[in-house]
Amino acid sequence: MKQFKQVTFRLNGKEVSCVVDVRSSLTDMLRNQFGLTSVKKGCEVGECGACTVLINKEAFNSCIYLAVWAEGKDILTLEGLMGPNGELSDIQQAFMEEAAVQCGFCTPGFILTAYEILEEPRDYTDDELRKLLSGHLCRCTGYENILRAVKKVLRQRLEAAKA
Amino acid sequence: MYDMKALYEAESVAHAIQLRLEHPEAQIIAGGSDVLVQMREGKRAGKELISIYMLDELRGVSLDEEENIRIGSLTSFSHITRDPIIQKYINVLGEAVDMVGGPQVRNIGTIGGNTCNGVTSADSASTLHAWEAIIELTGAEGTRRVPIKDFYLRAGKVDIRPDEIQTAILIPKASYDRTAGYYFKYAMRNAMDIATTGCSVNCRLSSDGKTFERVRIAYGVAGPVPMRAPSAEAAATGKPVSAETVEQFSLAVLNDINPRDSWRASKALRQHIAVELARRCLLESVKRCGGEIHEAV
Ligand code: FES
Ligand code: FES
Repeated sequence: MKQFKQVTFRLNGKEVSCVVDVRSSLTDMLRNQFGLTSVKKGCEVGECGACTVLINKEAFNSCIYLAVWAEGKDILTLEGLMGPNGELSDIQQAFMEEAAVQCGFCTPGFILTAYEILEEPRDYTDDELRKLLSGHLCRCTGYENILRAVKKVLRQRLEAAKA
Repeated sequence: MYDMKALYEAESVAHAIQLRLEHPEAQIIAGGSDVLVQMREGKRAGKELISIYMLDELRGVSLDEEENIRIGSLTSFSHITRDPIIQKYINVLGEAVDMVGGPQVRNIGTIGGNTCNGVTSADSASTLHAWEAIIELTGAEGTRRVPIKDFYLRAGKVDIRPDEIQTAILIPKASYDRTAGYYFKYAMRNAMDIATTGCSVNCRLSSDGKTFERVRIAYGVAGPVPMRAPSAEAAATGKPVSAETVEQFSLAVLNDINPRDSWRASKALRQHIAVELARRCLLESVKRCGGEIHEAV
């Protein structure tokens, strides 16, 4: 027996609604029904972080999250970071400048976790940042450039807050 | 798509109980970080699920009329770590659950789900044992409360009746009052790993700081279910706060625990670790209680 359900939530700032098969993961729904392909399918068992999205401002692995749980939530994917004229966010810009991207498969996830970390305006040690980023696997960059990119934005924002 | 037969979504605790009775074969799913993964891996494929994840009334930390700490079963690990009541009275629990998996897993993983799995490597389990947590279960006939040591029946099996769901975890005032503790996780990696051995110790000192009024210790993974170490506790309770007591306490652990050989670690290594962790955790707990130990020469 196939089971469907209507789900209504905020997606990248807009109110949306759709009918989903209850067996779908949030990854399935965001990719197949909304075409948001920044949400990657890596391991699909909650190990790699490639499918990360922000739900009510916290990072979740969307591969181990039922699509029906999106009801009433506020969800942000990488596509939602883009400015009105296609501008990149400061985090994306820093990832490019620091060459924190090679194949790019892990990048949307890292950027969203970085978004969550950087929302809290305070300083972090390298160890703290490493721990906060540890839910993501990257098979290309060796992580150092990613850490550098996140630190760059952190410093920029702390400076801006002081000014 | 998950390979599930059907999904039943609970809209209230009473509805969850009704669903439990209507679908006895169904598996309860809280945050799903274990159940959905097992389903993906085929272990629970084709099963019916009862989702309780949307029950917001089971989220949050509060103090009840008797000043017991009440943690709603669906409170996520990250919310426990950030909660001001937890930080003030039982900070070690926030620290312990901050070691579960990675950040995204701590946002979805719930304390209730973590205890209901009956998995001893659960990072929360040893601390909940060491602080004598009470599990609150709600069923058709109302609620009942079970001490956590009785809640774990055997590896992978906990005491939940066919009509029940777990609704809260309580830390009694008598347990956290004037008490401080420390948790040490021994694992092969710093993140995304399950503990080889987790040790949680807490103590209460006499008002002059010279005597151990109460010492409690529990391990995850040291035996088939999380367990206290009664001989070690007896070796320290009522004794002077000294390096010698700490030494006797940590060695007494070997009378209580029975680790097994596995691909993660040998029995001998686990025993060695158990003694060392007990020692370090008690020393740190004393410090956190404001006590002092002068190292013996
Ligand atoms: S695809 Fe979700 S964590 Fe790997
Ligand atoms: S850039 Fe290729 S996996 Fe990270």
